[in-house]
Amino acid sequence: MTEFSFLIPLLPLFSFVMIIFFLRWKEMLSAVFSIVMILAAWVMSIIVLIETIARHGDNYEAFYKFVDLPNFVLEIGVLIDPLTAIMLVVVTTVGACVEIYSVGYMHNDPRFSRFFAYLSLFLFSMLGLVVANNFFMIFIFWELVGLTSYLLIGFWFEKKSAADACKKAFITTRMGDLGFLVGLFIIGIYFGTFNYLRVFDIAGSGMIPAGILTAAAIFVFCGAVGKSAQWPLHVWLPDAMEGPTPVSALIHAATMVAAGVYLVARSMPLFVTSGDASMVVAIIGLITSFIAASIGLVQNDIKRVLAYSTVSQLGYMIMALGLYGYDHFHGQHSPGFYAGTFHLYTHAFFKGLLFLGAGSVIHAVHTNDIQEMGGLGRKMKKTALTFMIASLSIAGIFPLSGFWSKDEIVAAASHHPVFFIGTLTIAFMTAFYMWRLCFLTFFGEPRDQHRYDHAHESPNNMTYPLIFLAVLSVCAGWVGVPYLSHGFASFVFHDEAYHPHPNYLLWAVSTIVGGGGIILAYLMYYKKSISADAMANRFKRIYKLLYNKWYFDEIYQKILIDPVMSIASFMWKFDANVIDGAVNGTGWLTIKWSDIKEWFDTWIVDGAVNGTGWIVRQGANILRFLQTGSMQFYALFIAALVVLFGIYRFETSMMEGDEPIFTIGFIIAVVLLAVAAKLLQGRPQTDRQAESEE
Amino acid sequence: MILSSLVFVPLLGMIIVMCLPKDKFNAIRWTSLLVSLIPMFASFWLTWDYFFNYSGSAAFAYVVGPYNWIPSLNIQYYMGVDGISIPMLFLTGLLSTLSLLASFGINNRVKEYFAFFLLLEAGMMGVFVALDFFLFYVFWEVMLVPMYFLIGVWGGPRKEYAAIKFFLYTLFGSIFMLVAILIMYFTSEPHSLNMVTLLDHGPMMSHTLQMVCFIFFFIAFAIKVPVWPFHTWLPDAHVEAPTAVSVILAGVLLKMGTYAMLRINWPMFPQALRELSFWIAVLGVIAIIYGALVSMAQKDLKKLVAYSSVSHMGYCMMALAAVSSVSAIAGCMFQMVSHGLITGALFVLVGVLYDRAHTREIAAFGGLGAKVPVYTGIMVLFSMAALGLPGMSGFVSEFMIFVGAFGALNKVLVGISVLGVVLGATYMLRMVQNVFLGEFNMARWGGLTDINLREIISVAPLAVLTVVIGVYPKPLTQLMTATLEHLVSLMAR
Repeated sequence: MTEFSFLIPLLPLFSFVMIIFFLRWKEMLSAVFSIVMILAAWVMSIIVLIETIARHGDNYEAFYKFVDLPNFVLEIGVLIDPLTAIMLVVVTTVGACVEIYSVGYMHNDPRFSRFFAYLSLFLFSMLGLVVANNFFMIFIFWELVGLTSYLLIGFWFEKKSAADACKKAFITTRMGDLGFLVGLFIIGIYFGTFNYLRVFDIAGSGMIPAGILTAAAIFVFCGAVGKSAQWPLHVWLPDAMEGPTPVSALIHAATMVAAGVYLVARSMPLFVTSGDASMVVAIIGLITSFIAASIGLVQNDIKRVLAYSTVSQLGYMIMALGLYGYDHFHGQHSPGFYAGTFHLYTHAFFKGLLFLGAGSVIHAVHTNDIQEMGGLGRKMKKTALTFMIASLSIAGIFPLSGFWSKDEIVAAASHHPVFFIGTLTIAFMTAFYMWRLCFLTFFGEPRDQHRYDHAHESPNNMTYPLIFLAVLSVCAGWVGVPYLSHGFASFVFHDEAYHPHPNYLLWAVSTIVGGGGIILAYLMYYKKSISADAMANRFKRIYKLLYNKWYFDEIYQKILIDPVMSIASFMWKFDANVIDGAVNGTGWLTIKWSDIKEWFDTWIVDGAVNGTGWIVRQGANILRFLQTGSMQFYALFIAALVVLFGIYRFETSMMEGDEPIFTIGFIIAVVLLAVAAKLLQGRPQTDRQAESEE
Repeated sequence: MILSSLVFVPLLGMIIVMCLPKDKFNAIRWTSLLVSLIPMFASFWLTWDYFFNYSGSAAFAYVVGPYNWIPSLNIQYYMGVDGISIPMLFLTGLLSTLSLLASFGINNRVKEYFAFFLLLEAGMMGVFVALDFFLFYVFWEVMLVPMYFLIGVWGGPRKEYAAIKFFLYTLFGSIFMLVAILIMYFTSEPHSLNMVTLLDHGPMMSHTLQMVCFIFFFIAFAIKVPVWPFHTWLPDAHVEAPTAVSVILAGVLLKMGTYAMLRINWPMFPQALRELSFWIAVLGVIAIIYGALVSMAQKDLKKLVAYSSVSHMGYCMMALAAVSSVSAIAGCMFQMVSHGLITGALFVLVGVLYDRAHTREIAAFGGLGAKVPVYTGIMVLFSMAALGLPGMSGFVSEFMIFVGAFGALNKVLVGISVLGVVLGATYMLRMVQNVFLGEFNMARWGGLTDINLREIISVAPLAVLTVVIGVYPKPLTQLMTATLEHLVSLMAR
């Protein structure tokens, strides 16, 4: 069956395609079809797991080349190893429960079929992410998970809060993906391949400089920070509770957020090559876990409490993985890797159960606010009971599954004092806020009688998944009981046998811490011997800080979103005014320039031409007076010239001492002639006649 | 022969359309559509045949000529295609037909519109097949004229401004190209305009001349791409142009710039290229971030898509700057194809909404997802494709570009450019949220109808191709591997 493991993701994809194109109009058929497909995938996953166990955890790999360029190959393929096999079972189990549950939860929703289509697409992405055999492929499905979570969180998109939340989830996780992308580039450039096994071989071979390894690991971890809602990118997860509750159960408990932890676990051979990177991972995990648990203490929205609990538990796992990498880098044994993956596995069941239980409660009372609930345990026995089992499990009470995995994390942290104290503190807080939730919801007197009166137990198709998951919340951890020599630990550590030993002191400590949290919650919210309000008043500042989620949303709004938006509008103004202004300015200048040229042309160039003409014309006008066409005038003119000539001659002859008499005679003769001519003719011709003659 | 037909069939079609009676709208529409089917199927066949018979080598296939055209100037009629022109021809053939289909709503001066459109197609096809500079230049310029009228006559309120801006801007670039061509012509011995033989002439020229030619060609092509800061003609032209023309602008015209760089600029002046490649990368990265930010501030749907084009073409420029990397250059080609498909579709879709709502203001909408689910689904699909979601072509191209560029260019620079991925998601998702999610304004948009069959047909092929390339990009890489390797070896001279 392992050879056909590539079909496991494809089955939900098939269901998505069938629903979108063919089954959309038949609601029940859509639901049943997608459930059948996920059940088939579930069965296949279990067979694959069994076969993997039978192979003693040896790898199975198959791929084809997606892009094939010289020096650049991208693959799509399947890698089945113990981690993959376990994740397949986890995802399909929770997926199947959620789908069955959704039939009841989503009934009467106008987009019922579409919901199942999206769920199927989501499971396709998640399963593809799990089976991937290389970093490129995991990134593809990583992003598809982002898309489908966007669609599912925004499923009730008419609500503004849902529309905001889905966008926030997508963009926030994408910021983490930026880092992941850069990590991929580093891997692609320095390792020359994206294939997990080859990358790990090369990383372990010592050929890559330590700085590159650290950079690659940290950048890859950025992806996990986004997807697994780690600080400082944790802000999207609580808002994502705007989606329908089954979606919260699926995405925010068992699968999408698990992807980040899975990525770190999957890339563990890379992390163990860098102590620094591993330490960063561990620290981020601890910070996240603490911040989220502290916020969870005071929230009143049942789903938000669970959401912060998820963030906190994911931080736990991440911290354990980081500590493993750090210890391993320094040559020490650590249960961290085993603890992180084991907790990932057990957490999926009890957190899925908690969300579905919360959904069942919300379904009954139509509110998320635990202050309006109370006493519901009397009306919803199955929901209350299963919810409390899960709460015990997450609080780490012996012998539920949460106990075994949480205990290993405590053990992993036990060599590092700060982490150890942090881990125990968080365990205490977890037990407290989970049981605060339980007491406020299921015990005591109803605080809203109207809602209480209308409350009812959910239908069977909703409670059966709860019961099934409750059984797993109790038993699933037993595969990791230290007395089993071939339990979970040796399975995921197939190449490096690791057997956890029972450490009774740690067991006692963690049980006391968990129990202490429950008892405190009991005293505050059941017995009311310690007043919660008084506590809140006494630590008012801390309470406000926690209630407002450490103001992360506000801070991001101020330091990130607002500046980016104002830069964007500034850029737009810059574009419209400066760059386009330059273009338009060039146009304007060109036009102005041509205006100047026109003026120059008209007045200077053409002016010169016309001026020449004008001068000629004016000259002609003047000369025209000479060209009268009148004989007399010409004669006069000649006469005048002759006179002038005569005078001239007279003058010169006087100077030379010649006889002037001839000259005088000549002048007199001419004058007489002229007078005679004048007398003989009439007046000269008119100007007009003169012109026409020209 | 087949290459000539790609050019001359649309020309013939134009003449036929011009002979049709003016008022027979449907006859004109259907004639143009049918005529455009011929080059479309021819380009499909070419792609198919090239893939199986020629893609193994970098040599030009289906070569026409060189025939002497104007012998005294050594101008030749010379055409041929290789691995980088085939995808462009495919895109041109497909988008031309789809745009004609999307133009059936044009009721004003129908005959002229379709005639111009066919002329435009002839010009575009010609640019991608010409191997002679003169021929290339002629096609390059021929295309301007119909484009000018298509925007200027059938455009929106500021059409005259947009049209003249587009025309002058491009013409301004063309002058530089002409000068560069003339430099090439007069320095070669014997004087030649043959783009293939001039490949060897380019590196022989003096360093100064190489730089001059490179920069001149670059200016001409950069305006077309458009490379920041030469981009401002684009939003105006896009916003004012009718839907189908926007599709062609984004889908084909912009690619002529990058195609020409890859065909002419890059392999002919490798030395100049290497000296300037860092600055080209900087321009690319600026365009990526800047385009995305400006997109984010847009209130008009079409302008948002237009600025996203600036950002997306920035990826192409960054890839082109990574000259030594086959994967980056291949990524650039992928991005050209993918951007053509995705942005083309986005423009069609914006047009669909505009036809119904008569506004493109993002803030005017909200909650349309409940009223027009099919339209919403398609729009969301393409928005996701545009923001580079895996499973669609945009992701493959971006990934190839990033990996290639990260290896070949300054790592910090490429690291900055990765921010474009988040910014891209931001402006696209803001748009999706404001238009499709949230509360629905029943009073205003109660009468809105969902996308109709004709419109679905005009985007369906684009959707299919976007997904197919995204899921199975191997054929497209195989189609151009040999050519790209050859080009990279030319650039390494």
